[in-house]
Amino acid sequence: MATAEKKYKVIGTRPIRHDGVDKVTGRAKYGADLHLTGMLYGAILRSPHAHARIKSIDTSKAEALPGVRAVVTNADLPQIGSKIADLGEGMFNLQHISRIALACEKVTYKGHAVAAVAADNIHIAQEATALIEVDYEPLPHVMDVREAMRDDAPILHEDVRTEAFASATDEPGDQPTNIAKHFFHEKGNIEEGFSAAHLVLEREFTTATVHQGYIEPHNATALWNPDGQITVWTSTQGTFVVREQLSGLLQEPISKIKVVPMEIGGGFGGKIVAYLPPVAAILSKKSGRPVQLVMDRTEVLEATGPTPGSYMKVKIGVDSEGLITAADAYIAFEAGGFPGSPIPAASMTVFACYEIPNGRVNGYDVCVNKPATKAYRAPGATQAAFAVESVLDEIAEQLNIDPLELRLKNAAVEGTRRVDGVEFARIGMRETVEAIQQSDHWKSEIGDGARHIEGPAHYDDGNKRCGRGFAAGFWFNAGLKSAVTATVRTDGTVALLEGSTDIGGSRAGIAMQLAETLGITAEEVTPTVVDTDSIGYTDVTGGSRVTFATGWAAYEAALDIQRQMVKRAALIWDCNADDVCYEDGRIVGPADKSFTFGELAAQVHKTGEPIIGRGSSDHNTPGGAFAAHIVDVQVDLETGKVEILRFTAAQDVGTAIHPAYVEGQIQGAAVQGIGWALNEEYFFDDAGEMRNATFLDYRIPTCYDVPMIETILVEVPNPGHPYGVRGVGEVPIVPPPAAIANAIYAATGVRMPNLPISPPNLLHALLENK
Amino acid sequence: MSSKRIVTCNINGRPEEFLCQSRQTLLEVLRDVLDMTGTKEGCSNGNCGACTVQFNGRPVDSCLVLAVEANGAEIETIESVAPAEGLDALQNAFLEEAALQCGICTPGFIIQARALLNENPNPTEEEIRFYLAGNLCRCTGYDKIVRAVQAAAQSRMASATT
Amino acid sequence: MPRVFIPPQLRSLTNDLTEVDITGTNVRQVIDALDAKHPGIRSRLCEGDELKPGLTVAIGRRMGTLGLLEKVDENSEVHFLPAIGGG
Repeated sequence: MATAEKKYKVIGTRPIRHDGVDKVTGRAKYGADLHLTGMLYGAILRSPHAHARIKSIDTSKAEALPGVRAVVTNADLPQIGSKIADLGEGMFNLQHISRIALACEKVTYKGHAVAAVAADNIHIAQEATALIEVDYEPLPHVMDVREAMRDDAPILHEDVRTEAFASATDEPGDQPTNIAKHFFHEKGNIEEGFSAAHLVLEREFTTATVHQGYIEPHNATALWNPDGQITVWTSTQGTFVVREQLSGLLQEPISKIKVVPMEIGGGFGGKIVAYLPPVAAILSKKSGRPVQLVMDRTEVLEATGPTPGSYMKVKIGVDSEGLITAADAYIAFEAGGFPGSPIPAASMTVFACYEIPNGRVNGYDVCVNKPATKAYRAPGATQAAFAVESVLDEIAEQLNIDPLELRLKNAAVEGTRRVDGVEFARIGMRETVEAIQQSDHWKSEIGDGARHIEGPAHYDDGNKRCGRGFAAGFWFNAGLKSAVTATVRTDGTVALLEGSTDIGGSRAGIAMQLAETLGITAEEVTPTVVDTDSIGYTDVTGGSRVTFATGWAAYEAALDIQRQMVKRAALIWDCNADDVCYEDGRIVGPADKSFTFGELAAQVHKTGEPIIGRGSSDHNTPGGAFAAHIVDVQVDLETGKVEILRFTAAQDVGTAIHPAYVEGQIQGAAVQGIGWALNEEYFFDDAGEMRNATFLDYRIPTCYDVPMIETILVEVPNPGHPYGVRGVGEVPIVPPPAAIANAIYAATGVRMPNLPISPPNLLHALLENK
Repeated sequence: MSSKRIVTCNINGRPEEFLCQSRQTLLEVLRDVLDMTGTKEGCSNGNCGACTVQFNGRPVDSCLVLAVEANGAEIETIESVAPAEGLDALQNAFLEEAALQCGICTPGFIIQARALLNENPNPTEEEIRFYLAGNLCRCTGYDKIVRAVQAAAQSRMASATT
Repeated sequence: MPRVFIPPQLRSLTNDLTEVDITGTNVRQVIDALDAKHPGIRSRLCEGDELKPGLTVAIGRRMGTLGLLEKVDENSEVHFLPAIGGG
C-alpha cells in the first residue's frame, strides 16, 4: 500500500481534504441549503397508477389557491421529437427525459411526475398538488421482465419496436413490444465449445430492483431571468450534462444556460439525469421568481432511476481440468417505464474476467411499469457477475477445484479477447485473485476475528452455520473529457478551478496530482469546483473517471505553469529559456541560479502577466478494473438471517493517489453490494405500487449490520496515465452479491439464485431443502 | 393559512425566538426559518439520522419533532460542535480518518457520536456500531466512521487526563 | 491493412465473414471502403455524417473518442460496440 508513497512526494499520502472543515461543521452548502431572495418552493403531483393514460389535467383549483405562483405540466415544455443525446456516460433519449420529468399522454410507473406547483412555501405547494384534477384511464400493468416479454403483455409504448444493435435486419418489426433493444455478441463456435466440455452447467437467476440509496434527495433551484438567462443550482454528478439536457428539453441554446454545482450528497450514477432542473426552470419562467424543488425520500425511490431487476440464464462448459470451453448468457433487464437499461454493459462485462474461447451473449432491454432505470455504480455488471460467479462456484465444487484456482486457470490477461471482440490491454485480474490467495483472511479460519463471535466460529454450532465465499468482477472505467485552469498566486500557492463535482473527496486527488507535478504540497493548492461558464467542458463525476481524467488535466495545467515559470525565470536571470529547467519544485538556471516555486511566484506580478496554466484531457486509456472479494458469513438456520463476519476486498487500483479515499470507495461499494445481496429490493403489490418506499423498509445496511471492510490495494500502475491512475470507484460493487451467495451455499448447502437473499427468502429455501 | 405561534428556546447556547406554523417540523424551522442548514434532510420520516440534533440532552431526529415542541427546549446543532477556535475532537477525527465522502450524513453522525462519547467515553466497536445504527451512510461503508469515533474517544480521553 | 471485426448481426451482409481487412486511415474511410465491398453496411453503422447513436468504436484495445474521425493505422483492429455508461 505504501508503493506510491515511496515513489512520490504528495501522491500516496493522506492530506486532509480541502473541503473537509466545511463538511464537518455543516457549513458546506448542498443544493437544498440554498436560499435565494424571493425564492418559491415547488412540489410535484405524481401518478397513483402504475400504468394509465392521462385524459385531462385541470390545474385551475390549484392555481386559485392563495400563495400559488405557477403550475406546469408537460404541455409547458417544448414538444420535442425523439432525439438521442450523448451525455458522455451513456446515451439518453431527450424526449424520454422530458416525459420522465413531466408525463406526456401516459404514466408508466406509480410516482411518475404529472404536474408541478411553485408556491410561497412548501406546505402551500403540497396542498396545491392535491387540488390538481387528473382524469386517468388506468391500464393493465406488467411488473415482471419475463411477463413483459410475452406477446400478450400490456404494452407501455406503442412506438417501441425491438432495436437490434448493429443488425442487418431491415425492419424492426411492426408490432409494438416492450422489448426495446436486443444486444448480441458471439465468439468462436458455441455448439462445438459445449460439445467439447466435460461438464456443462446451466442455471437461472433473478435479481430485484435496487436503488442507489444516496442519502441526499434530488434538488434543483432555477431562475429564469427576464433577459432569458437561465441559472440552475443543483446537486449533480455533471453540471455540463445538466446543461445539455436543459438545452435539449427547453430548446434554449447552451449560451443561455448556466449550471452551478452545489455540494452533492451521493450520486452513484443516479444524479446524472436532470429530473428537477427542467421543471424548476419552467416554474421559474411562469412565476418570474426563483423556484426550488427538492424530492422527499418516497419520491426518490418511486420516481428516480434504480438499477434494473433481471432474469438471467447462464450456461458454462468446462473441460475436466476446469478450463472454460464455452459460455452462453441470456440476460433480460427491466428497463422500467422507459427504454434504456444498462443491458449493453451487462452483456459485455458478463464474461469479461475470463478467457472464453467460444461465447455468446443475448441481452434484452425490456419495459415494465417500474421507475425508469438509470445507472448504479458499474451499471449492469453486478447482476451479470451474480449469475456467472455463482455458476463458476458450483463448477469448482463439482470438479473439486479450489474456487480461486479455477478463476486463475481461466483468468483474462493482456491479449485476452472478450466475447464482444476487443482485446484487453495490461490488466490485473490474476494479480487481484492472487492477492486474495495471499491475504490474511483467506489463510484464516472462517469467522476469525469477527466481532459477534467469541472464539473461533464453529460450523455445527447449534442453529448457526458458517461459510466462506469468493467472487470476482470487472468494470471498464471511462476517460471522457475534463478541463482545469490553475492560477499561480504570489504567495506560492495555486488556485485550481475544475468542473468535477466532488462526491467522494476527488478535489483532493486532483489537487495532489497538480501539487506533485509542481513540487509543492497538497495544502498549497486550493481546488474549487466551478460552474459551466467558468471552466471548460467536463464530463460527469462518475464512470470512475475523475481522478484519471481531471487529474490528467491538472497534470497538463501544471506542465503549462512550469513552461511559463521557466520563461519568467529566464527573463529575471537574463538568460536563455533553453538554459533553464523545472526540477523537483525548483526552477534551475545557469551558474547555480535557482528559485523555489514560492520564490518565483512572489515575483510574478512584478515581472509580467499573471501565470495561468490550462489543461484538458480526452484520454481514453483508463484501463479496466478487476475486483476479487471474499466473505465469511454466519447463517441462522432458524431465522434465515445472514451475518457478515468478515469481508475482504482486493482490487487492482493502479496508483492510489489518496489511499484513504481509494479504500473508502472500495468499502462503500462493498457495503452497497452487501445490502443488494441481503436485503434491498423494491416490493411491489398487485396494483404495481411500491410498498416499501421509505428507508425503514427499503433497508440499506446500517453500521450495525457490517464489520470493518478490509481492503487490499493491488497497485499495478496504469501505463496509460502519467501517474498510473486507474479508475477505482465502481468495480467494488460487482462481486459482493455473488460472494455472499457462494458463502451461504458453503454454510448451508443451499444455492440462492435469486436476490435479495433476505431472511424470509433464505428461510423458505432452507426449509424446502430439509 | 393557519396562524403562527411564537416559540422561545435556547439553540446552541443562545436564546432564540421564532414564528412557526403548527405543521412545521423543527428541522424545517432550523433550515428554512433560522437559516441553520448544517442539519440535513435525508428521508423526512426519522429513518436516516441526517437531521440529528441534541434536544434537551438527547440526540433526536429533528424531522420527527414539531417546531412548537421546541418551546422551552435546549437544542444543540452541528453549528455548535466546534469550539471558538479549531475543531472538536470528533470533527478532527472524521477528517483525519477520511470518515466522510459526500459528507451529507456527517453532521448527523457527529451529533450522535458526541452524545455517545459523552455517555460512554470508551466504547467498544460493538457499542459504537449499535449506538450509531440510526445514522445511515451510503458512501463510506461505515468502516472509517467507526475508526474515527474510536480515534476521537482516544483523543478525548488523552486530553481529559492532561 | 486495418481489420474490421464485423458485429454478429451484420455478418449476413458480409457473406458471414467475421473479420474483413479493409483500407482507410480513419473510421469514416474504413466504413466507406467496407460499404463499397459489402453494400448496405454503412447505413447500419452510421446516421447521416456520424456514427449511429448508441454505437461506439474501439480501435485495438482502447475506446475511440472521435467517432468517424478516429484514426486507424496499418495494424489496427476496428470494433463496433454498444455505447455504455458508468455510474
